[in-house]
Amino acid sequence: MRRSMLYVPGNNPGMIRDVHIYRSDAIMFDLEDSVSLNEKDAARMLLYNSLLTFDFGQAEILVRVNGLNTAFGRDDFEAIVRARPDAIRLPKTDTPEDVVEADELISGIERQSGIETGSIKLVAAIESALGVINAPRIAMASGRLIGMALGAEDFVTDLKTSRSADGIELLTARSMVLFAARAAGIDAFDTVFPDVNDEEGFIREVKLIKQLGFDGKSIINPRQIEIVHQIFTPTEAEITYAMRVLEAIREAESKGSGVISLNGKMIDKPIVERARRVLAFAEAAGGQAG
Amino acid sequence: MKIKDVGIAGTLESSDISIRIENSESEGIEIELKSSVENQFGNQIRKVITQTLLDMGVQHAAVHAVDKGALDCTIRARVMTAVSRATKRNCIPWEVDRCAE
Repeated sequence: MRRSMLYVPGNNPGMIRDVHIYRSDAIMFDLEDSVSLNEKDAARMLLYNSLLTFDFGQAEILVRVNGLNTAFGRDDFEAIVRARPDAIRLPKTDTPEDVVEADELISGIERQSGIETGSIKLVAAIESALGVINAPRIAMASGRLIGMALGAEDFVTDLKTSRSADGIELLTARSMVLFAARAAGIDAFDTVFPDVNDEEGFIREVKLIKQLGFDGKSIINPRQIEIVHQIFTPTEAEITYAMRVLEAIREAESKGSGVISLNGKMIDKPIVERARRVLAFAEAAGGQAG
Repeated sequence: MKIKDVGIAGTLESSDISIRIENSESEGIEIELKSSVENQFGNQIRKVITQTLLDMGVQHAAVHAVDKGALDCTIRARVMTAVSRATKRNCIPWEVDRCAE
């Protein structure tokens, strides 16, 4: 479950130490845009030592490294892979070759350092028009990919526009990232909502991206976690219906029946899949499922 | 490894430690420490700084440290960064005794 992915600046020891208490589904330590150019070495060193020291509980651990086309990318990969996060977020992914290059680099470091090959996963962040156009091929470029994320700030700059309240400028990019991720069988994560004081706007955006089909959202403030989790939590009626769907299946299977119905309506495979997804979200929220 | 220039790393923010390292005229490692938790953890902080420097092959250095409640992993990271900067080398976190030119 990756409903909330909380960014943490990689050069802030207090935030790195405390972040797990907020209970986001995933924590994304950042070595890229939140770290100034003259502190890249310090952040890398701090994060390496911190990841090997702290227990972040149930949270999935990701690190956003600098791109391999920068002076810092290779050193970031060398250090961070050895610190064994669950995944590395590759910024500004424009082509499938970007993913392949990262994949091969990780494989080499895994071999050198005795880490099981393939154990460090990848998330590709799409942040340009070229990346959006290539999204379907990017999503299938490596078996390490567990998800794709939209990075809207760079994207709207590349598009020569800016972010609006309703997010119309992101609609195509969101859809492309989502379609590419779904076609590849991986997760899709929406971009950050930068104004932490605009709670109404944030709620509207989370509802939108949930309805589109996203698995979760990158967030920049712990205050946003609970809102995301609430919106991704199914209603009581949805949970009850999902449980009845699964009960109907079990009953039909025990009777050897090929046709399943609930309240006179036929229950087929997509409805069962949706019911399972509802119960997974309910379970993540500590609801009735289980 | 010889410290020739001054290397500074870390900040004065809570949970961090600011490390300034430079060459020492005298033998060994001299540490001047200011810490809000000096009474409880002063010895431990000095021990982590000294051990990190020895692990990196630094035998002689003067260290000025201002601690704001940093944990051991932070102290270690900041010392290693300060040494990297003082020696103008790329010190490798997973092989602390090896720094690339």
